[in-house]
Amino acid sequence: MIRVCEDAFDAAAEISAFTSRAPQSGAIVTFLGQVRGQGPEGDIKAMTLEHYPGMTERALEKIEDEARRRWPLDEVTIIHRHGKLTPGDPIVFVATASPHRLAAYEANEFLVDWLKTKAPFWKKEEGGFGEKWVAAKSDDDEAAARWD
Amino acid sequence: MTILYFAWLKDRMGKSEEQIALPEGVATLGDLITHLQAGNPQFEAIFSGDAKVLAAVNQDMATPETPVSNADEVAFFPPMTGG
Repeated sequence: MIRVCEDAFDAAAEISAFTSRAPQSGAIVTFLGQVRGQGPEGDIKAMTLEHYPGMTERALEKIEDEARRRWPLDEVTIIHRHGKLTPGDPIVFVATASPHRLAAYEANEFLVDWLKTKAPFWKKEEGGFGEKWVAAKSDDDEAAARWD
Repeated sequence: MTILYFAWLKDRMGKSEEQIALPEGVATLGDLITHLQAGNPQFEAIFSGDAKVLAAVNQDMATPETPVSNADEVAFFPPMTGG
């Protein structure tokens, strides 16, 4: 299940809803990404996420399809926000359910690594330094390449 | 043809979207980039600089060999920073 939205989500409520959709799964793994208050340039006041409406949803669907192809998953949820966020706000939630934990953990890590490099979002940080578009990190590319 | 710009490309181009009529002879994304560079100094500066620029045609990632037609939607953007 994919949700791309501007509104905040409640991680606890999403975990509860996800778990109720996968009552037969032995293992459920969840990831929550939040806006950090500190970046390499200094304190972050706000972070704006731009996205490509249409392509973003399709890209997330393809990423979910790929995870389901590689691992035996009973349920997958990806929630990713766009718009203007502030430190502590939830940005992304990824949940995976599988009969056993290895697949649930690996698929979740795969999904987050691919989200960081293949999902059409672009982050702009705002702080004392002004505004700066965040540059893609080679660490993220390397993490995603592990799954190739 | 619709052309979309995202992130710092949008800032540098001064617009997020434009409509163009695809000229005769422009058949691939590579052809389109060459054509846009010739017609627009900001576009030329972006593409001749060091920064990596990616493109999608009809919301699928594209390469210079990807065919383009007048009905397509082409988007230019920097490497993605989601998640």
